[in-house]
Amino acid sequence: MSDNDKNLHWLMRPSTIRRIWWLFAGVLALTVIAQFWMPVKGYFGVDSLFAFAALYGFLSCVAMVFVAKLLGMLLKRDEDYYRD
Amino acid sequence: MIETLPPALWLFAGALSFCLLPERLRLPAVLIWPALAWFFAWQLPDGVQLTGSLLQFELQWVEASTVRRLFATVFCLMTLVGGVYAYRHASRTELASAFAYAAGALGVCFAGDLITLFIFWEMMAIFSTAVVWCGNTEDARKAGIRYALVHLLGGVILKFGIILLIIETGSTEVRALTLGSVGTWLMLIGVLINAAAPPFSAWLADAYPEASPSGTVFLSAYTTKTAVLCLILLFPGATILIPVGLYMVFYGIIYALLENDMRRILAYSIVNQVGFMVCAIGIGTETAINGAAAHAFAHIIYKALLMMSAGAVLLRTGKRKCSDLGGLYQTMPLAMWCGVIGALAISSFPFTSGYTTKSLINVAAQEQGMMVVYFLLAAASAGVFLHAGIKFPWFVFFQKDSGMRPKDAPLNMSVAMLIMSAICLLLGLFPQWIYPHLPYPVAYEPYKADKLIFYFQLLLFSGLAFFLLLPWMKRTLTITLDTDWFYRRALNACAAWCLRCWQVLQQFVGEESRRLDRWKNATRALFSQGGVLAATWSIGVTVLLLVVLLTVYIVFYYLQ
Repeated sequence: MSDNDKNLHWLMRPSTIRRIWWLFAGVLALTVIAQFWMPVKGYFGVDSLFAFAALYGFLSCVAMVFVAKLLGMLLKRDEDYYRD
Repeated sequence: MIETLPPALWLFAGALSFCLLPERLRLPAVLIWPALAWFFAWQLPDGVQLTGSLLQFELQWVEASTVRRLFATVFCLMTLVGGVYAYRHASRTELASAFAYAAGALGVCFAGDLITLFIFWEMMAIFSTAVVWCGNTEDARKAGIRYALVHLLGGVILKFGIILLIIETGSTEVRALTLGSVGTWLMLIGVLINAAAPPFSAWLADAYPEASPSGTVFLSAYTTKTAVLCLILLFPGATILIPVGLYMVFYGIIYALLENDMRRILAYSIVNQVGFMVCAIGIGTETAINGAAAHAFAHIIYKALLMMSAGAVLLRTGKRKCSDLGGLYQTMPLAMWCGVIGALAISSFPFTSGYTTKSLINVAAQEQGMMVVYFLLAAASAGVFLHAGIKFPWFVFFQKDSGMRPKDAPLNMSVAMLIMSAICLLLGLFPQWIYPHLPYPVAYEPYKADKLIFYFQLLLFSGLAFFLLLPWMKRTLTITLDTDWFYRRALNACAAWCLRCWQVLQQFVGEESRRLDRWKNATRALFSQGGVLAATWSIGVTVLLLVVLLTVYIVFYYLQ
């Protein structure tokens, strides 16, 4: 660990952040793998597919961020817009 | 007799007491008055308890039922804990206004007829505007005026609706209505304006974040949720509410994603969460109404908690923009943890109150076979985690080191946040504490392994999306135009244009009238005393003129 790292709060150190990413990836994998033992009872067919919720959650978020980005191009204004 | 008085009176008494009490007696006052209101609200048996009269109409000041009591409970709880949060830093005016505002909300809860409902409804509009103004800035003053205008417009529309309904049916009773007449539609629009439904969603994120740290906590609780209660009482199963609710859900997410002000992010997420409730009321089944009521209850608690956490940050740092904040977890751990609990609850993370209540709404959509609604609500749940669940705590408490090392929240604020956090967790862990108090019997088991897996996947992978898309989420110093542009800019421009037209018209009229004046003066000169035509002529000249006239006449006669 370099001196620079020691001065940082432990949560800000790159090594900690790397560890958190690994932990997060592990938890993500676990939620998907768990479906092998506990099959998700779907209501409309597709939602019982393997890792459906994971993919659906991820993709719908990507879509929403994308839409927000597009809308932002049209509707974003300087924060003093109404003060002028 | 005393137990059938409107519970709102106790909060009004509280509001008055703040005007008179010295500062050291504020704490007992913020505890006692809401507790009294709460106690008496629970003493009310079902049915109409207190009547009065106005003109030829019977007023039902107090009518109790399960769902009304549920909303009254959370309003009293909110007033009590909000009072603890606010009593040291809020001004006298703010505390008094906030309690009077809460009293209005409590009055609506127990209003048995539409006239009583309207009276309390307008009280809420007035006192909530006062709470916005207590933000004490020029922006707050202007936002308060806009807020008041929208709510007074909503009130007028609601009133017109009520009048038309009374003319049509002769009944003023608060009961489930079918949408068909102009009156019922106007009433629905009036109520929906308070629920921040389109096209009037913008008032909420415009006004709430301009109030003081404690003012926003109070504001987040009452107006939209009384609107939800009114929708439950008046328009359960009105299918138009499903698309309206879905619009609100996604509007809230998209606008919150674009926002930089931390309290405005939370304000947009109120619209988002109320959208879930409005959609549920549109579905209208027993499960759906249970879901809407339970979710409103849970929502008031966790949204207040989030606003409290944001308020503590604002109080300690004086900053409200995400781009100025970050790294506060180091010195504000309590505000951070409470904020995280609120954020998890709003994201309906399992083991929090949001999960046990919002999943009822999803189940209602699924029971009715509404596949599109079900999947849109699921996508929205993921979106909530994205825009509020992670975005708020991440940008405020983590993100980067802003260099600020503020103290944690003051003691009273910390206590209030801890109480709200505890309720969020308890309602998540023990849903049996809230399910029996819902309007209909609940036969739903939220904690099943496959349901948990579904939600964990949905939410955690949306978390993954957040961190992978972080470069796209970079905060910019911008605002996002909304429908309020029409009354803040377009109407202004329109008014300026009309004024200009008026001036041009005035100028034109002025010039013309000056010309007319000249003519008038010339004519007057001709006819007035001393004028040529008014002069006294001699007989000779007159005879000569007559001869000339006759000659001309004869000449023309023969020429014909």
